[in-house]
Amino acid sequence: MDVIQLDQVSFQYAEGFALRDISFRIQKGEIFALLGPNGAGKTTTIRLVNGLLNTSSGTIKVLGYDPHKDGVAVRRKTGVLTETPALYDRLTAVENLMFFGKLNGMSEADLHKRIQELLDYFDLSEHANQRVGTYSRGMRQRLAIARALLHHPELLFLDEPTSNLDPEIARQVQELILKIKEEEGCSVVICTHRLYEAEQVCDHAAIMHQGKILAEGSLQELREASGLTKRVRFTFREAVAEGFEQDITRITNVEKIDLINEKELLLGVSDYDRVPEILNWVIGKGAAVLSVVPEIPSLEEVYFKLQNHEEVKREY
Amino acid sequence: MNIKNCLTIAQKDWLEVKQNKSIFIPIMIVPLIFIVLIPLLVTLVLPNVTGAVEDFTADPDLQGFFTAMPAGMKEVIDGLTPTQLMIVMILGYMFAPMFLIIPLMFSTTIASESFAGEKERKTMEALLYLPISDEELFVGKVMAAGIPAVIITWICFFLYTIIVDVIPYPYFGRLWFPLPVWWLLIFWVSPALIAMSISLTVLISTKVQTFQGAYQTSSAVVLVVVVFFIGQMTGVLFLSPLVALIMGIVLFGIAAIIGKIGVRSFNRQKLLTE
Repeated sequence: MDVIQLDQVSFQYAEGFALRDISFRIQKGEIFALLGPNGAGKTTTIRLVNGLLNTSSGTIKVLGYDPHKDGVAVRRKTGVLTETPALYDRLTAVENLMFFGKLNGMSEADLHKRIQELLDYFDLSEHANQRVGTYSRGMRQRLAIARALLHHPELLFLDEPTSNLDPEIARQVQELILKIKEEEGCSVVICTHRLYEAEQVCDHAAIMHQGKILAEGSLQELREASGLTKRVRFTFREAVAEGFEQDITRITNVEKIDLINEKELLLGVSDYDRVPEILNWVIGKGAAVLSVVPEIPSLEEVYFKLQNHEEVKREY
Repeated sequence: MNIKNCLTIAQKDWLEVKQNKSIFIPIMIVPLIFIVLIPLLVTLVLPNVTGAVEDFTADPDLQGFFTAMPAGMKEVIDGLTPTQLMIVMILGYMFAPMFLIIPLMFSTTIASESFAGEKERKTMEALLYLPISDEELFVGKVMAAGIPAVIITWICFFLYTIIVDVIPYPYFGRLWFPLPVWWLLIFWVSPALIAMSISLTVLISTKVQTFQGAYQTSSAVVLVVVVFFIGQMTGVLFLSPLVALIMGIVLFGIAAIIGKIGVRSFNRQKLLTE
């Protein structure tokens, strides 16, 4: 079941188009990443989906609602972590959560219980009655995520959830996202330019660039769309013999060779099933193999390949 | 529209203002000066300063003021002793326009903090993602500024009445305050002025990004009070009940026009794109 459907959506600010004909679908229970640099249109997409902005053209359906007409109904079922935590510094954590909970229509009794539950979960109970202005960045981010989860949203939007966080906290947040999906059962949309992070948590992704979607699908589909092949890294005990690279290209299904250094080769293959055959050939040539490691192109490589492709296309 | 949501927004803003000492302390100190310090000075100190009463009543400008005074107002001061006359003139007439600074200051400060302050601290977007309508958000913010401004004005008026009646009682032997025009001033002109200052602040806040920007620009409303004060002091405009009634109508009218423009600017799309 699709929880979000965008069809040919465009949006124009006074200074120009922020989104051009973007389309994608997000299914219930999945973690979907919107990837792209600042200005790619990720935050604008979240604003449109939540009915804060109205499309210039195209249609959006969120949990069966048109967010422009039924913005309140949509926002009742969504939770959003904005790019900056947007917490009230002069209020305590409890006062912040009480305010947002009440406006999300929660009863005071439910709210007290839920706040305690979330503060415990996010390890903030000891600081519950401390002003948020005194919190560290990591604590603020955790509190902002708690706020987004307060009313058990069906759809959770996390805009740059780990930006400005140190690596340890960023990792905690990643683990948290997976935990939320598992325990809360909600669909999660992450906007990020941190590709490694997205790769760790997302099921599907859309790569955005200057208001357009360059590719969309599962990570495997994105790799295929980028044209990046599967690779195998061979490490040898000694330097490979001269002409070895030319010889190896004669083997079927070796599509590409990169000599990383004299003891290391990166082979592009059509299928990992071919690796034993290649290995036999290499050993037959008398090379002493130290390791053979299959490598999947990272999301970062996919992203840059697609982005470069788009820029080359634009130049022509 | 869900009034409970509006009240929740207003309560949050009150809590924030209360916690913000740089705003809270000045807005509490000014009323104290106006309703306690000045009346005490006029009723306790001035009558005991040698020649102060005589100098005041013999002032040629004041004599001109008396001459030009409408008949209705003359009736109030007829037969007063020089000390009584000084107290009535300063605390009953001249001070009246200055008293309007209290509602004005409260409404402008809280409205600037509530609208522009929220933008400045980048907390507005989190509010916009809540399941509340633009109207609820707008009304909540207006209530946040309007309700305390009205209540504080009324409390200040109540305290001022006690002080200016009780302390100079030995000079009057009766309760002389409030003068008829004050009822209109407090319950008609003040709410109109509050409405106008909030409307103006909302409109300005949609254009500026900081509390200071909104506060300084919308503080221009104080010119209304200054004009009124100078008009009264120079004898051009006497604060009679009729003048107060007309003044309230004009201010409410201006508030309605500015408010209508402000409401149009206050929607999610405009707040995020302009």
